[in-house]
Amino acid sequence: MSVPTTTTEPMASVTPLLTRITGDEKHAPSAHSTLDVLWVLYDRVLATTPATAEDPDRDRFLLSKGHGPAAFYAVLAAKGFIPPEWLDDLAGPDSRLGHHPDRLLVPGVEIGSGSLGHGLGLGVGTALGLRAQGLTNPRVYVLIGDAELDEGANHEAVAYAGAIGLDSVTAIVVDNASATHGWPGGIAGRFTVAGWTAVTVDGRDHEEIFAGLTGHRPGRPHAVVARIGGA
Amino acid sequence: MRDTFVGTSTALLAEDPRTALVLADISAADFAPAARRHPDRVLNVGIREQLMIGVAGGLALTGLRPIVHSYATFLVDRAYEQIKLDLDHQGVGAVLVSVGASYDAARSGRTHQSPGDVALFDTLGRWTVRVPGHPSEVAPLLRSAVAQDGSVYLRLSSQSNTAGHPGADRLRVLRRGTPGAPLVVAVGPVLDATLTAVAALDVTVAYTHTPRPFDTAGLRELAGREVVLVEPYLAGTSARVVADALADRPHRLLGLGVTEVDLHRYGDPADHARWHGLDAAGLCRSITAFLVPGAG
Repeated sequence: MSVPTTTTEPMASVTPLLTRITGDEKHAPSAHSTLDVLWVLYDRVLATTPATAEDPDRDRFLLSKGHGPAAFYAVLAAKGFIPPEWLDDLAGPDSRLGHHPDRLLVPGVEIGSGSLGHGLGLGVGTALGLRAQGLTNPRVYVLIGDAELDEGANHEAVAYAGAIGLDSVTAIVVDNASATHGWPGGIAGRFTVAGWTAVTVDGRDHEEIFAGLTGHRPGRPHAVVARIGGA
Repeated sequence: MRDTFVGTSTALLAEDPRTALVLADISAADFAPAARRHPDRVLNVGIREQLMIGVAGGLALTGLRPIVHSYATFLVDRAYEQIKLDLDHQGVGAVLVSVGASYDAARSGRTHQSPGDVALFDTLGRWTVRVPGHPSEVAPLLRSAVAQDGSVYLRLSSQSNTAGHPGADRLRVLRRGTPGAPLVVAVGPVLDATLTAVAALDVTVAYTHTPRPFDTAGLRELAGREVVLVEPYLAGTSARVVADALADRPHRLLGLGVTEVDLHRYGDPADHARWHGLDAAGLCRSITAFLVPGAG
């Protein structure tokens, strides 16, 4: 069960934090494509705060698409998980923030990622582990990219989670049309055919994103395809 | 060994609510009773080995202790990057239990064989590797693995010695040569063939079921000028460990094990042992040639 949190900062507070992060130009479109989804997640959806970042009952957010984590770091800073000063040194020898995040270095980061196609399997395992311990409140959100969906490991996780009706998992696919061969017929269908519910939203529209992220139903895992136009 | 593994794992699932089992169809029928009793902790993901390790990583992130099981080639070779990233890089551990060691699945051919699994764990560094040589060694090794938090690889084989040595996590001397005699170290199920092979030679024979961490202190205590390693997986896998441990001493080292050649042959495990020179006659030839130059 997700608990909407009180909005204390407008998203505009993230922008100056984002501009403090330099040195990752290569993945800039990737990073910025996730900003709105991440903001809505951390501002209104996820039941997790710096104070509860180790609480077994917290919601989990797994950034599977580890490329371009600037927006992720900026949102974590805006929400108090990490000091804003960390943003000034991206991937330096003493930096905790690399071009791909490391859960052992960054508070609030649930998984180290970067190699594509690992997050959804870890998310499914996390959801199963919580369920086995009677922790029925937390949801597990996994963010992947449309190009990341090329990796076969995702499809192992999609098929299995659908087959067992793992309804505490939400996959978020940020679709900026970067997959080399595209997804003819759409991305949502890849999930629904496996037994998930799925909704496609405008990845810049916060109300649509919020509705998508809270639109899960009992008995089935849920996918939110967030389309980013013109990226 | 697989039967012991199934029985012990089933007991552990009942004893410790922290234990979970992840399968990819292999041995699923054997675990059906456990799955009925613990449906939330016995998880068969289907034939999906990348997911199997990913799920184990996720379970461990929530504080559970996953046991993960399949054929070595699917569990380790196929899912190598998941082991590296979904377990090691996340800072969590698991107990990986394989069957089909090296050429156990001789009749199935190369696709079901994995002589390189232990070498792969050496690229990761922090794994404890257990290679039991007898079914009686399996249960205590599995129990100790599940009771800790680290990463443990338990390599089960259909090959077995006639007697077990359950406590041999350090080098255990089973035959002592004269002072300064060459040391022959046998790991896991190659012990019997090794003892037969060196029956006529003046050597010390030590056994262990735990090649990682290797008992380097025991090695330094026992080793003279010549050391022979007999391992049931890729030849020379422990050569670097032994060479490092003896770096300050002049010594000669022979590493015997499964060769890296894809034989493209079937037959049974005894045939493969012979073809790889791991039967008693082959070991005798190699060890004699090494210890007595010119004798062969």
